[in-house]
Amino acid sequence: MSLWLVLAVNSITLGGLLFLLSAGFSLIFGLMKIPNLTHGSFFMLGAYFATSLIARGVNFWAAALVGGLLVAAFGGIVERLILRRLAGAELAQVLVTLGLSFMVADVCLMVWTGDPIRIDTPSALRGATSMLGLGFPTYRLAISLIAVIFAAALWALLERTRLGAMIRAGVDDPAMARVVGIRVSRLFTVVFCLGAWLAGFAGVIGGPILSVYPGLDQEMLPLALVVVILGGSGSLLGSLVGSFVVGFLYNFGQAMFPELAYVVLFLPMLIVLVLRPQGLFGRQAA
Amino acid sequence: MKRLALALSVVILTAAPLWVGGTYYVNIASQILIFAIFALGVNVLVGYAGLASLGHAGLFGIAAYAGAQVMNAGHGHVAVAAGAIAMTLVASAAFAVLALRGTGLGFVMITVALGQIVWGVAYRWISLTNGDNGISIKGRPSPLGLSLASPAGFYWATLAVFLVAVVSMAIFVTSPFGASVRGTRDQARRMNALGYHVWMIRFLAFLFSGFWSGVAGLLYLYYNQFVSPQVVALTASAEALLMVIAGGTATLLGPIVGSALVVIMKNVASAYIERWNFVLGAIFVAIVVFMPEGLVPGTMRLARWAMTARRFNGSERGR
Repeated sequence: MSLWLVLAVNSITLGGLLFLLSAGFSLIFGLMKIPNLTHGSFFMLGAYFATSLIARGVNFWAAALVGGLLVAAFGGIVERLILRRLAGAELAQVLVTLGLSFMVADVCLMVWTGDPIRIDTPSALRGATSMLGLGFPTYRLAISLIAVIFAAALWALLERTRLGAMIRAGVDDPAMARVVGIRVSRLFTVVFCLGAWLAGFAGVIGGPILSVYPGLDQEMLPLALVVVILGGSGSLLGSLVGSFVVGFLYNFGQAMFPELAYVVLFLPMLIVLVLRPQGLFGRQAA
Repeated sequence: MKRLALALSVVILTAAPLWVGGTYYVNIASQILIFAIFALGVNVLVGYAGLASLGHAGLFGIAAYAGAQVMNAGHGHVAVAAGAIAMTLVASAAFAVLALRGTGLGFVMITVALGQIVWGVAYRWISLTNGDNGISIKGRPSPLGLSLASPAGFYWATLAVFLVAVVSMAIFVTSPFGASVRGTRDQARRMNALGYHVWMIRFLAFLFSGFWSGVAGLLYLYYNQFVSPQVVALTASAEALLMVIAGGTATLLGPIVGSALVVIMKNVASAYIERWNFVLGAIFVAIVVFMPEGLVPGTMRLARWAMTARRFNGSERGR
C-alpha cells in the first residue's frame, strides 16, 4: 500500500473522530453560544474513564458507551451548576470552561499518571481488511463507518424529530422559541449532555489509535475549533466537511511539512475567515 | 491626597529591593512587574475595547523568541530590543487583521487559534525555535553603563519600564483615543454612525496592546535568559486574562493587582502544592462565579459603601 493511501485512510479516520468531537462542540456553540473550551477535556476524560473500565474487564464497546455517559453526566453537572448561572456572560463562560479544563487535566494527571495509556483494539477489528486488492486496517475503517452512522443519526435527529426541530428553533431564534413554548433551558442541558457524550465516546474509540496521555485535550481542542470555524457553528454539514478537511490537512501536513504542520492546518482557516467569516456552511449571524 | 499616595507607592516600589529581603523576593517582584506590564497591555483590549484575547501569550512569546534570535545572531542589545518590538508589532497587525473579522466569541476563538499557531511553530519548527529545548541567551544589557546582571539592578530597570507603561496607560485612558476605544466597546454602531472608523480604532488598540505585550516579552527574555514553548502555551494566555479579570477589567490598578496576585499565588502555591494548574483553574472558576467584577472594583465598591454609610450616620439625615 502506498504512502499516500495510508495517509488518506488515516486522514479519513481522524476526520471521523473529529466529526464526533466537533459536532457536539458546534451544536453547543450554535445553540447556547457557549465556546465550550472543556470540550477537549471531555474527549480525554472519556478515554481515561474507558481505560479504567477496560482494566476492570469491561468490553470495549460497553466501555465506550459508559465512558461517554460518565462524561455526559459530568457535562450536565457543569452546565446545570455553573454555566447556567453565567447565561449571556460570554467572557465569564470562556474563563470558566477554560478553568475547568485546567482542573480536569490536573485531576487526570493525578489519577491516571503522566504515562500514555494505550487502549487495545477490539479483537474482532484487529488486522486488515482487503478491498479492491488492497489491505486496509479494519479498525480505521470501522471508525469511519461509525462516524458516517453517527452523522446520519444526528442528521435524522435534527431534521426529522420533534426534539431536532426544537433544537433548530433554539439555534435560529432562542427568544422566539421560548415564546412558542419550547423549554430552551432544558434543551440547553440536553444538547450539552449530548455534545459531551459524543466527545467522550469519540475519545474512547479514538483510544486505540491515539492512546490517552496528558495534553490530549489541548491537542484536540484547537482541531475542534478549526473545524467549527471552517464549517460554521451550528451546522452539522459544516462540521462533517470541516472535520474531513482538517483530517486531511493535519495528516498530509504532518507528513509533508512536519515542522509546519500547524501552519498548514490553520492557514485554510484563516483564508475562510477572511473570505467568509461565518464559515463555509454557517449562516450569517443576525 | 491621590498624588501623595502615588508618590508614596513609587517610593515604596523603588525601595522594594531594600525591604523585601533576599534576592528570591526581588526576583519575584521583577516577575510581578513584567507580568503587570503584560496584563496592562492585555487590558487595553479586554477592558477598554471589550475584546477578550486568548492569544496574547503568542505576542509575548514572539517578542521573546525574536529577541533571542537577534541576540544569538550576534547583534547588540539595541538591535535586540528593536527587532523584538518590530516583530511583535508586525505580528500584532497580522493578528488584528484576522481576529477583528469577528467580535465577541468569534474574536476569542480566532485569538485562541492564532495563539496555538504560534505555539505550534515554537514547539515543532525545531530549526527555527529549537522546539521543546527552547533558546538560551547570554547576558543582560547595561543601558547607560548600569549593569542589570544583579536582581536589584534588573528590578529597577523593569520598574522604570513599568512606570512608563503605567503613565502611557493613564494618558491612553484620558485621551480622546481612549474615549473612542471605550465608545467602540459600548456602542459600536453609534460610534460608526458618528463617523468614527470603528475597525481602525480597534486595530490601533490592538497594536497598542501588542506593543506592551512585546515589551513584557522582551523583559521576560532578559529576566530568564531563556525562552521555551511554555511561554506561548494557551495556559499563559489564560493566565494573562486571569490577571486582568481577577484584578478588575478597565481599571488601571486592576491588572497590576491581578498580576501580583497570580505571580505570588503561583510561587507560593507551587512551593506547597504540586498541582498549580488545578489551583489556577479553581481560582478562575471561583472569581468568575463569586466576584465577576474583579478584586479592585469590588473592593472600591465596598470602600465607597463604607464611606457613604459613615457620612450618612454623621449627618444624621441632614437633608
